[in-house]
Amino acid sequence: MDIAAMSELPLSATADAALQAAPATRARGYWATVGRRITRDKVSMVCALVLLLIFLSAILAPWLGLEDPYKGSMIRRLRHIGTAGYPLGTDELGRDMLARLIYGGRLSLVIGILPVILAFCIGTSLGIIAGYVGGRLNTAIMRTIDVFYAFPSVLLAIAISGALGAGILNSIVALTIVFVPQITRVAESVTTGVRNMDFVEAARASGAGALTIMRVHILGNVLGAIFVYATSLISVSMILAAGLSFLGLGTKPPEPEWGLMLNTLRTAIYVNPWVAALPGAMIFAVSICFNLLSDGLRSAMDIRN
Amino acid sequence: MLAYIARRIVYVIPIVISVALVCFLLVHITPGDPLVAVLPADASQELAAQLRAAYGFDRPLPVQFGLWLLRALHGDLGNSIATGRPVLAEVMRAVGNTVTLAIAAAVIGFTMGILLGLIAGYFRETWIDKVATSFAIAGVSVPHYWLGMVLVIIFSVQLNWLPAVGAGPNGSNSWAWDWAHLKYLVLPAITTSVIPMGIVTRTVRALTGDILSQDFVEALRAKGLHERGVFRHVIKNAAPTALAVMGLQLGYMLGGSILIETVFSWPGSGFLLNSAIFQRDLPLLQGTILILALFFVFLNLLVDIAQAAIDPRIKRG
Repeated sequence: MDIAAMSELPLSATADAALQAAPATRARGYWATVGRRITRDKVSMVCALVLLLIFLSAILAPWLGLEDPYKGSMIRRLRHIGTAGYPLGTDELGRDMLARLIYGGRLSLVIGILPVILAFCIGTSLGIIAGYVGGRLNTAIMRTIDVFYAFPSVLLAIAISGALGAGILNSIVALTIVFVPQITRVAESVTTGVRNMDFVEAARASGAGALTIMRVHILGNVLGAIFVYATSLISVSMILAAGLSFLGLGTKPPEPEWGLMLNTLRTAIYVNPWVAALPGAMIFAVSICFNLLSDGLRSAMDIRN
Repeated sequence: MLAYIARRIVYVIPIVISVALVCFLLVHITPGDPLVAVLPADASQELAAQLRAAYGFDRPLPVQFGLWLLRALHGDLGNSIATGRPVLAEVMRAVGNTVTLAIAAAVIGFTMGILLGLIAGYFRETWIDKVATSFAIAGVSVPHYWLGMVLVIIFSVQLNWLPAVGAGPNGSNSWAWDWAHLKYLVLPAITTSVIPMGIVTRTVRALTGDILSQDFVEALRAKGLHERGVFRHVIKNAAPTALAVMGLQLGYMLGGSILIETVFSWPGSGFLLNSAIFQRDLPLLQGTILILALFFVFLNLLVDIAQAAIDPRIKRG
């Protein structure tokens, strides 16, 4: 990070010089700088590539010439990894593991990522309103948020989806409720940091309404920080979403989904242990890539360093 | 100090009441009749109404909440629908096993985390730092229930060194501190420890790096203090924040043990919660969640007080 920061110095110096010499040429924007920094980070790029591969294969699954992920066979159950025709073996019902792992990405990624996206939208709105309006509304929103903080997040997710009952929709709702308070808290704190700045004051003085100020002046200045925080939640969300399915609270059989596959294959660990462990390796891969990518994004956006 | 503690305790009261409200409402967002688990399929309308009155489900919601809260304050969380035994007794018995697991995991995870974090922070940007940081990232990214399965595959299935499930020989549920029982604790404790290990490593690394880059460290070194002395200053300055993070992690381990307890059939509160969910045993579900959440709230309170006790700057704030 320090090395990257040092190599930035002459660049920003020249940018400054260019700005003074020829005001007509635009200085490099903030997001362009962030983009350039992250493409130079090898770890982030490798993670992005791995995620891209997993996403593309999940989306394109029906056109990859894979076996039918639902079609089982009693005579070819629990084949080992490397069996001819079944490169990753077969599961406890004789279904092709490679096909199920790739198809499994569709549901696993959706139930893992959608809650964070939903919570990002809801939490950002709540946090900006609480932070900008302040006063009683702030107290009302933030004290309600505090109540959810009184539960460990795994317990809260399981309590809600346990009470609502098993199902994909319920698990998405449960995880969204888990992440909304966390994102709201971050959004509120960055908004309170921005709301008293001069440019907000200037906008207010020139007659802009509260909604316009929040949308135009505040949103653009707080979105980056909230976004980075939200990306760091995807890893947790993937693990929790698959965990709910693993407990039997999410996806239902015979749907291919990594957490559920891990659950049904648990009975097979004495027969074919490494095939049974495969779905978890997929969750691990996605989770660690999102974590590293989020770390890379954070340091790329932290221009002060 | 006393004023701080008093203020902090007063602040906890509304939280406790709200937590109770959330736990109470959980049962009421449940689709279907809460009596479905006890009523026979061919039960008559009268019998259903009678039972509903017996459980108090026929009264208005605020009244139900008030009565429930009053009983809860007296330690009565109702009876489990599935077993008929008092919820409080069932939960407390299970919580003991979860505490055993969490403490064992905390010892492993916190020791590893502090060591790795100090080393990584001290040797920042070297290969040692990279190795320690990779451990930390892997720790927070791994689906721990899967790690549990992999450990069972290696140490139980392949090597046959340690038992795969349970908390004692012959399916016994009572814990004892001997090797026959400890064997059962090893894998679940290691599995539980990876997340706190990762988080404590990251926290301590960041703290150590920050403190070492401050001017007073430079001054200490200029005055000729040896590195061991500098290290003492680092630890003293990092302790309050690190302690707060560890307290929170201990709470997560107590409350979030359901996945690991399910993998290892560990007879703790998480395992109990799992069976409550799948038997639709709502009083048990409600009671377990309430008690675990209260544990978490009080642990947070203790951490805040402990933090204030060792860091004089907090009391003034």
